[in-house]
Amino acid sequence: MEISLKPTQNKNNLSKKWVNQNGNWLVLISGFLVLLIWYLVTDWSDLPAFILPSPLMIWTTFVRTLLDGSLVWHFSLTLLEVLLGLTAGSFLATMIGYFLAKSSTLEQILSPYLVASQAIPTVAIAPLLVIWFGPGLFSKILIAGLIVFFPVLVNTVVGVKSVPQDLRDLMRSLRATRSQTLRYLEIPAALPVFLGGLRVGATLSVIGAVVGEFVGADRGLGFLISVGRGQYDTALVFVAVFALIGMALGLYGTVILMERKLLIWQHHNQKSSTTEIEN
Amino acid sequence: MSQFLQVRDLHVTYAAENGGLRALHGVNFNINQHEFVSIIGPSGSGKSTLLKVIAGLLEPTRGELIFNTQNDQPARIGFVFQQANLMPWRTVLENIMLPMEIQKIDPLVSKKKALELVELVGLDGFENTWVQDLSGGMAQRVAIARALIQEPELLLLDEPFGALDALTREQMGEELLRVWQVRKTTVLMVTHSISEALLLSDRVLVLSARPGRIYDDIAVGFPRPRTDQLRYTPAFGELSQKLKAAILPG
Repeated sequence: MEISLKPTQNKNNLSKKWVNQNGNWLVLISGFLVLLIWYLVTDWSDLPAFILPSPLMIWTTFVRTLLDGSLVWHFSLTLLEVLLGLTAGSFLATMIGYFLAKSSTLEQILSPYLVASQAIPTVAIAPLLVIWFGPGLFSKILIAGLIVFFPVLVNTVVGVKSVPQDLRDLMRSLRATRSQTLRYLEIPAALPVFLGGLRVGATLSVIGAVVGEFVGADRGLGFLISVGRGQYDTALVFVAVFALIGMALGLYGTVILMERKLLIWQHHNQKSSTTEIEN
Repeated sequence: MSQFLQVRDLHVTYAAENGGLRALHGVNFNINQHEFVSIIGPSGSGKSTLLKVIAGLLEPTRGELIFNTQNDQPARIGFVFQQANLMPWRTVLENIMLPMEIQKIDPLVSKKKALELVELVGLDGFENTWVQDLSGGMAQRVAIARALIQEPELLLLDEPFGALDALTREQMGEELLRVWQVRKTTVLMVTHSISEALLLSDRVLVLSARPGRIYDDIAVGFPRPRTDQLRYTPAFGELSQKLKAAILPG
């Protein structure tokens, strides 16, 4: 049994290693394959371009909108909404979350409302918010901020509550002030969980801004999608969608980079444990 | 020898919603300057509660603590917990320097002190290691160094080696003996181990079962400096027996 087990395990390890080393190439090659199949499908079938445009058409639309500056203009507007919404939403969520975690009275009073507010689909009340606050920048920030709020709030509460009581006792025995406890203990201890919430919030904020733009706007990538649909310019829709994917990935990547930088101690640990497994 | 701490008629009763437990019931004792005192007693006799009250983490229900400190300043107290209780986002050196940062002391000064302590507790070469890479014994050395950095007037040890395996525990007891003989801090240590208490202490206080009160006060007269060899002498054995009889009468 042992003899027959060993080679398969080795092979498994080897193929895993190969995937690890060549992972980037595999992603590129598979992406290229998808594009190729897509191109062949549009070339050989008689699907009209407004149902499925070929990758080449999308590329030309991309280059055209890039050169006339409209893509950059819409992209940067949506990005502005997303960043402001994300900042405002996570800032408020962090503040309220911290006080909720620290005060059980406050938590008892507020949490039913917070949970109930979460039952309201933000997407559904987006039209209301646009009616109330106008089709401008503010309503988009509001929608993006609302959608970000809850995951960041929950993770802040969980993060602050996860601070070990023994470490709190340590800070008290060292006569640390409230702000020192916050700075030296609560923030670093809650950071991993908090950043997890921010990672989710970052991608959600893009959804929030686009929903706001669908409902009422005359600019932004969500607006561009509406325009493309209206004009049966499906290639334009694809360009806007890819731009949104790029934006969401960029934000996600930024949070991941922040995690790498701020949580070196954790990543170092993961690294050492993976090398152990490899050996 | 001057008295450093007087504990007078200390009562601690936990609030009714926490079980209304009477943890301490009229505890009285003194600790002299530069004295190493151990508290030993059955589980649940309120030993840890007593340390928490002295550290100021818990308000006594009744009674008082009188610290004899210079200029009536609050006493500087170092606390070593049962678990090393280190911050995983800090390196060994950064963990040791934490109390100094809280006191807002010049980082250069505190770094110099921290490096001295790293050497004292035998962690040379591990200054910049993340603490999760340390073994239990090494982590507890960091905790001891952290407690010593602000040159505490009183060092409180709450079963500091209770989470370690028996061999490491003996070794750490020896280490602590060596460190204490260099530093001569006043120490109050809670322990379950009779031999640990006898090896290290000048006096052993025996706490009775709940509600805790001081039941016996045994002087440990072995000459200093002591070494680990003391454990294997007949006098040590005799005193161990006496202490055990005091803890578990009958």
